[in-house]
Amino acid sequence: MKEVLKVENLVAGYKDSTVLRGISFNVHEGEKVVIMGPSGSGKSTLLKCIIRLVEPWEGEIFLGSIKVTDPKIDIRKVRMRTGFVFQSYNLFPHMTVIRNVSLPLEVVKKIPKDKALSKALEVLRLVGMEEFVDKYPLELSGGQQQRVAIARALAMDPLILLLDEPTSALDPELREEVLLTLEKIAKQGKSMLIVTHEVDFAEDVASRVLIIDSGTILEEGEPWKLFHKPLKERTRRFLKTVMRRKGLL
Amino acid sequence: MVDSLVFIASILPRLLEGLLTTLYLGSLSFLMGLMLAIIMTPLRSFMKGIIPLIIRGYIEIFRGTPLLVQIFIIYFGLPSIGMKFDPLTAGMLALGLNSAAYQAEILRSSIKSIPESQFLSAESLGMSSPQIYKYVILPQALRVAIPALVNEFVTIIKESSLVSVIGVVELTRKGEYIVAFTFRALETYLAVALVYFIVCTAFSQILRLIEKRTKIPGFEAGMR
Repeated sequence: MKEVLKVENLVAGYKDSTVLRGISFNVHEGEKVVIMGPSGSGKSTLLKCIIRLVEPWEGEIFLGSIKVTDPKIDIRKVRMRTGFVFQSYNLFPHMTVIRNVSLPLEVVKKIPKDKALSKALEVLRLVGMEEFVDKYPLELSGGQQQRVAIARALAMDPLILLLDEPTSALDPELREEVLLTLEKIAKQGKSMLIVTHEVDFAEDVASRVLIIDSGTILEEGEPWKLFHKPLKERTRRFLKTVMRRKGLL
Repeated sequence: MVDSLVFIASILPRLLEGLLTTLYLGSLSFLMGLMLAIIMTPLRSFMKGIIPLIIRGYIEIFRGTPLLVQIFIIYFGLPSIGMKFDPLTAGMLALGLNSAAYQAEILRSSIKSIPESQFLSAESLGMSSPQIYKYVILPQALRVAIPALVNEFVTIIKESSLVSVIGVVELTRKGEYIVAFTFRALETYLAVALVYFIVCTAFSQILRLIEKRTKIPGFEAGMR
């Protein structure tokens, strides 16, 4: 299987504090990789480094055959081939739902307006938001906004979807609708890299789980194995807190 | 008293002619200021190097010197270096350049109020900086800026009375003409003041309408 994402020895941080201390992993085509870890462990920073919203200090990142960390590269070319979903949705509040999805297609991908609109409608249908096309983001619930954000990322036909705690800002009942949407997309074979604390979701969807702690990969493996027979004590303690919080233990 | 009211009624048509010039001058100057502000603000906020410094210097100079002096420099001063304008154009230039400085400050603070997440989100989609400014930031910043911008327009309408000194026949200058002919300064200038007052109050009311129409749906319920 082809690699869609390869991260090698990534080191990054903010000003004088190092957050990521040499992370290496890859994602193959169609694979769903879940990243878990305590807060402050560098999960979000890692995701942001992949599209250089945070500049990597050392190491290399490849998206397909594109070298993301090449200083001469036009980073927009990378960003238009990845779909990034933020924890707090970050839709554009002054645009309707459909415009939120179709605008990037028009201005970034240079797709003609009518085609952009029909593509937008298609992905909004996929996430079950086709009835809300003329609404504005702030008229929607958090779960609905997140589904639009997923549609917006998906519309760009990304090589990989990067999801940064897509359900953390949501109430439990709204979380479910977003997770179901993500499962549906996962089944369609999209490559995904997901930062989340949702153990059930990881078990159902992920092909691999990476546990990150203090900027390094603590442990990785298939979800069932990792959740039930972690090799390291630190992993076991972390998983215990996550599961207790979810009422699974 | 009745005599005064009859007098004021009789000069109103002539004052309204002057008002038309005031509104014309005020609107064009405002639009010129707005255009310049829209161009200057991103250059100042998002660029590095000498350009932001030049823009900042421009803003400081125009805000730190009297408008009347700026009008004199443009109308009386510039002809000596070969730039000669008729009174109306000179007045419009002075008001527009002056207002641009204030409007740029208004826009800058409005842009600051847009959450960082909007920039990040637009960047993550692969938009270029000009695209982010045009489609994401400016439309939101202008909405935030509307009350301050309408205020600025009302200020321009009032300050445009200064260009009467270089001979632009706007509302105040019309009043001066009428006084010269009739010697009834109190009633005439009171009438002039009344016309300014009505126009400025009307615009403040129109502001509410504009705010209503440009409101982002669901905004009060929003979490910003």
